[in-house]
Amino acid sequence: MSYAGWILLTASLVGVSCGLVGTLLILRRMAMMADAISHTVLLGIVTAFLVTRELSGIHMLIGSVAAGLLTTLLVQWLHSLGVQQEASIGVVFTSFFALGVVLISTQAGNAHLDIQHTLMGEITFIPWEKSTLPLLGDVPEAVVTLSIVLAIVLIAIVAFYKEWKITSFDPALALSLGIPAGLMHYAFMGLVSITTVASFDAVGAIMVVAMLITPAASAYLWTDRLAVMMALSGAFGILSAVFGYYIALWLDTSISGSMAFATGIVFMFSFIVSPKHGILAKRLRPTASSA
Amino acid sequence: MMIAGLSHNAQWVLLGTLILGTAAGIVGCFAYWKRQSLMSDALSHASLPGVIIGFALVGSKNLPVMLAGAAAGALLGALLIHWIRSSSRIKEDAAMGIVLSVFFGFGIMLLTMVNRMAGAAQSGLDSFIFGQAASMVQRDVWLMSGLALLVLIVAVVAFKEWKLFLFDAAFAKGLGLSGRFMNALYLFCLVLVIVVGIQAVGVILMAALLITPAVSARYWTDSFGRMVILSAVFGGVSGASGTVLSAYGNGWPTGPFIVLSAAALFIVSLAFGTRKGVVVQAVQQRRLRKELTKPKTERRTAEGGNAV
Repeated sequence: MSYAGWILLTASLVGVSCGLVGTLLILRRMAMMADAISHTVLLGIVTAFLVTRELSGIHMLIGSVAAGLLTTLLVQWLHSLGVQQEASIGVVFTSFFALGVVLISTQAGNAHLDIQHTLMGEITFIPWEKSTLPLLGDVPEAVVTLSIVLAIVLIAIVAFYKEWKITSFDPALALSLGIPAGLMHYAFMGLVSITTVASFDAVGAIMVVAMLITPAASAYLWTDRLAVMMALSGAFGILSAVFGYYIALWLDTSISGSMAFATGIVFMFSFIVSPKHGILAKRLRPTASSA
Repeated sequence: MMIAGLSHNAQWVLLGTLILGTAAGIVGCFAYWKRQSLMSDALSHASLPGVIIGFALVGSKNLPVMLAGAAAGALLGALLIHWIRSSSRIKEDAAMGIVLSVFFGFGIMLLTMVNRMAGAAQSGLDSFIFGQAASMVQRDVWLMSGLALLVLIVAVVAFKEWKLFLFDAAFAKGLGLSGRFMNALYLFCLVLVIVVGIQAVGVILMAALLITPAVSARYWTDSFGRMVILSAVFGGVSGASGTVLSAYGNGWPTGPFIVLSAAALFIVSLAFGTRKGVVVQAVQQRRLRKELTKPKTERRTAEGGNAV
């Protein structure tokens, strides 16, 4: 496959995985938790690197899932001690992120890991770092990791679709049905963490947030059905990735930045013209709901 | 105030971050009680494109223009969050996440483009991401300190009004205090602190200087006035000590060190805070348990006596 082809495939995989996970994030009102985890994953990656001295996929995955779960636990703990939820998120992730940046700039300075990388990702290098797979031939490592993560996300969502739906929309009902909501919460945070770290290489810490939240929020404006919302969110993710890539080519600028920007364009479009919840539709039939 | 090992310029910078931290600590308390801690995070990220556009318009590093751009970016972000939240089914947290990440992505796009311009690479635009106090010259410090002092004065002079506005908005309205005006003033202070702080702390971590000192102060007191004072002290100490720490390394970013100082103060407060500190509470509980179990016989007779 061509160079551009691999980049587009990588970005689309990021778009789909983030879009699927993002749908649940939006419905569970945990968008800012995703922001927090995408920042703390950096600390997980840096720690894994400092311990093992290599930047391989599996160490980084373990480190980041640990960091993600630790963030969730700490936020929960602080909240139980009487700190507002928002403020505890803010304290935990900024401290972890600062620690990660300090470790990078003082310890891992000359390694592959640098601050630029963590912020913007290195999608332009991804097609060069290939590994050979049976049957498929040379495939970029990031594509392999992202495909595995997408498979995990898909299996987790399809296998427990009903449980996700009930815990997201009606936590009380879920509790009375005996669905372990707490376990689901942590499992979900684990999913968010692995999606984030797999996407991290491609788009960096902050753009992951754009990919997680914005396509899902756009999809939320088009439909009221969970399955449709997930499909739309994944599609919007791919659309933004491709669109962003061509914007970046056109203006010769950062690819991940352009992708984040493109999710914003998709959102603005949905926000204005969506037939269900768009502002134009609301303005055109302002009394439809009351009539 | 001569501090060993710091150059003349570094001492000015230290004074600047001290004042900045103090102002951020105070405004952070307002944000805490308005339950808008994460709003400051969204707004500081949203200021990045404004900084870059300000730079591109002038073509050289001109701090007042860049800060004006940052303020415009942050205000636009605040407006968009409000608009998205109020005119669609999107909740506030998602709206903040959208604005934060899309504005930041746009900022990175512009930054990459502007960095190709001649002379831009030396302008220290990158330092706005993680903060680089060492890149500030004396004039920058004056501007920064002046604006931070302005916020300090607004906060202190109208302290009673702030208190009313935050804790009993209805009563404040009854007294003729315009809620709309106070909201605007609050947003003005918040944006001003963010804008002033981004050069020293950076857009990504600026929020921490607003959030962490306030949360730490909460562990020591229930009185709003004392919380504000403590938070201001914590913020000032974090700003100054972070600047000193980062000055020990070559090219170390200032922001993360300031945030780590604030986090260290937070951990101390979390453990030993007199109001709800974890250690303090554990000790109190143990003492209480001892009191309840040890003189059992005495208590029993006393109770028995009452009953009879």
